[in-house]
Amino acid sequence: MQTEAELTSPSGSGGPPGGAPRSAVTLDLRHRASRRWGERVIALLLFGCGLISVLTTVGIVVVLVTESAGFFREVPIAEFLTGTRWSPMYSEQHFGILPLLNGTLLIAAGSMLIALPVGLTSAIYLSEYASPKVRAVIKPILEVLAGIPTVVYGYFALTFVTPFIRMVFPGTGIFNAASGAIVVGIMIIPMVASLSEDALNAVPLSLREAAYGLGATKFEVSTRVVVPSALSGIVASFILAISRAIGETMAVTLAAGATPRMTLNFLESIQTMTAYIVQVSLGETPHGTLEYRTIFAVGLVLFIITLAMNLLSQRITRRFREVYE
Amino acid sequence: MSADRFRPAQARRRRAGQIFQVLCVTSIGFSIAVLAILLVDVARDGLRWVSWDFLTHFPSRIPERAGIKSAILGSLWMMALTAGISFPIGVGAAIYLEEYSPRNWFTRILQTNIANLAGVPSIVYGILGLAIFVRFFGFGRSVLAGAATLALLVLPVVIIAAQEALKAVPNSLREASYGVGATKWQTIRYQVLPVALPGILTGTILSLSRAIGETAPLIMIGALTFIAFSPTSPMDPFTVLPIQIFNWTAKPQAEFHELAAGAIVVLLIVLLVMNAGAILLRNKFQKRF
Repeated sequence: MQTEAELTSPSGSGGPPGGAPRSAVTLDLRHRASRRWGERVIALLLFGCGLISVLTTVGIVVVLVTESAGFFREVPIAEFLTGTRWSPMYSEQHFGILPLLNGTLLIAAGSMLIALPVGLTSAIYLSEYASPKVRAVIKPILEVLAGIPTVVYGYFALTFVTPFIRMVFPGTGIFNAASGAIVVGIMIIPMVASLSEDALNAVPLSLREAAYGLGATKFEVSTRVVVPSALSGIVASFILAISRAIGETMAVTLAAGATPRMTLNFLESIQTMTAYIVQVSLGETPHGTLEYRTIFAVGLVLFIITLAMNLLSQRITRRFREVYE
Repeated sequence: MSADRFRPAQARRRRAGQIFQVLCVTSIGFSIAVLAILLVDVARDGLRWVSWDFLTHFPSRIPERAGIKSAILGSLWMMALTAGISFPIGVGAAIYLEEYSPRNWFTRILQTNIANLAGVPSIVYGILGLAIFVRFFGFGRSVLAGAATLALLVLPVVIIAAQEALKAVPNSLREASYGVGATKWQTIRYQVLPVALPGILTGTILSLSRAIGETAPLIMIGALTFIAFSPTSPMDPFTVLPIQIFNWTAKPQAEFHELAAGAIVVLLIVLLVMNAGAILLRNKFQKRF
C-alpha cells in the first residue's frame, strides 16, 4: 500500500510556477489542487467513519460508568459485589449481585457441557475425517444453526426442551436453568466448531504425515498431534464461547425464569444478569430511580466480564500460537 | 515373536479409532437432529396459522384475529434504516483501515477495538442505545433510535467483512490506476470498490440478517409489544417480528405459542431469502484473481 506522501509528491514537484507556458501550467495546477483538496476531505470523512467505532466503545464505557456511579453512591460496592440477595423491586431491598452472577455462571457452565465436547468433536470430524463432499453439506447446516435468532431458541426451549425435561424429571418447574443451558449450548456449538476447525486446519500437513509415518492411526494423529498443536486456537474458541453464553439474553429470559437465587441445581428457576436487565426494561420502573440504575450496574459487570474474556481469548491466540512456516 | 505382541495392541488402537469416529459422527448428527427437530417443532405448531390474514392483521388479544402486520412493517423499517446507517459508515471505516490508515498505535487500537466490539453482548448495545439515542439525542422510543442502536451493533461485522473484500482486491489494480495518473480516491472509487462490492454486499446482507433477528437491544430501547398501527415515519414507535415472537411466547396460553410459531415461520423464511440472496450474489459476481 502506498502512503499519501508518495502519491502526492510527484504532482507537487511536477509543475513549478513560472516559466514561459505559465497559463497552461497554473490551470493544470489549480485543477490538481482542487482535486487534492477533495482528496483530503474524503480521507477525513473516512477517518471519521473509523472513529465512530471508537466512539461506540467510549460511549458504552461512559454510559455504564456514570450511571453506575450514581448507583454506587447509594449502594456500597462491597455490598453489591458480595451480597447474596438480589431484590431491588421488593419493599425490603437487597442489592447483592451474587445470585445473578450465580445464575449466569450456571447457564454458562451447563451450556459448555454441551457446546465444548460436541463443538470440538464436530471440528475434528470436519477437519480430519470428512471428505470435501460431506463438508460441503455439513458446513452450511452449522451456519444455519448459527443464524437462527436467539428468540427462536427461546421458543424452542419453552415448547420442546422444557416439556422434555419435565417428562424425565417430574416436578420440575416450567422455568428451569437446565432448559436455558441446553439451548444456549446448542446455539454455541457452531461457533466452537467453526473456530476450532480453523485452528485445526492451520496445523501443517507435514505434522500429520510425520505421525502417520511412525505408524499412528488416524485417531492418534488427530488427538495426539493435531489437537495439541492447535490447542491455543481451540482454547481461544472455548473462551469466546463462554463469553457468548454469558451475554446471551433472550433464550435465557424465556426459559430460565426470573428468580435470582444462589443454587447449583439445574432444575430450579434462576435469573441471569441479562434476564434481569430485560425484566427491568419491560417493567414500569421510572427512569432515574435507584431501581432503574441497577441495570447499568449489572450491565457494567456484564461488560467487564465479557470484555475480559474476549481480551484473554485474543491474548491466548497471539501468545501461545505455534507458528509454522 | 514380537509381531504377536503387537497384534492385540493394534486391534485395540484401531477399535479406539473406530469408537472415536462414531463419537464424532454422533456429534455432527446431534446438531443436524436438533436443527431438524427445531424446524419440525416450529412448522407443526405454526404453519397452519400462516395465512394472508395473519400477515395483514394487526396483533389482537384474540388469537384468531391476531396478525403480524405491524411487526413486519416494523422489521422492514428497521432493516432499511439499519442498512442505510451501517453500510456507508462500515464501508467508510473499512476503506480507511485498508487504504488510508498509517501503521501506528492509533490504527492498532482502532482494529483491536473493532474486534472487541464484535464480542460485546447485544444487550449492552441496548443499554447504550437507551442512554444515547432514546434519551440524550431525544429520538424517543422510535424506529430511528432502534435502527441507530442496531447499526452500531452490526457495524463491527460490516467493517470486518468489507475489509476482507478490500484485502482481496489485488494490488496490481491499484498500481495500474496510479500509473495512468489517477488520484488515490479515484483509484478507490473507480477500480477498488467496484471489484470489492459483491463481497462487501454479501457481508452486509449477512450482518443485516443478524440484525433482523435481534430482540434484546430493541426491548432495551423500548420497542412496544402491542402496536396496532403502521409506522409512517422514523420517529414513530414500533415493534418488530422478534419482539412479537417474544411477547407471544412469554404468554401462558398455548394459542399464543402457536401464533409465535407462525411468526417464527415468517421470520425464518425472511432469513432464508436474505441468506440465499447473499450466497447468490457472492457466487455470481465474485471475481477471482
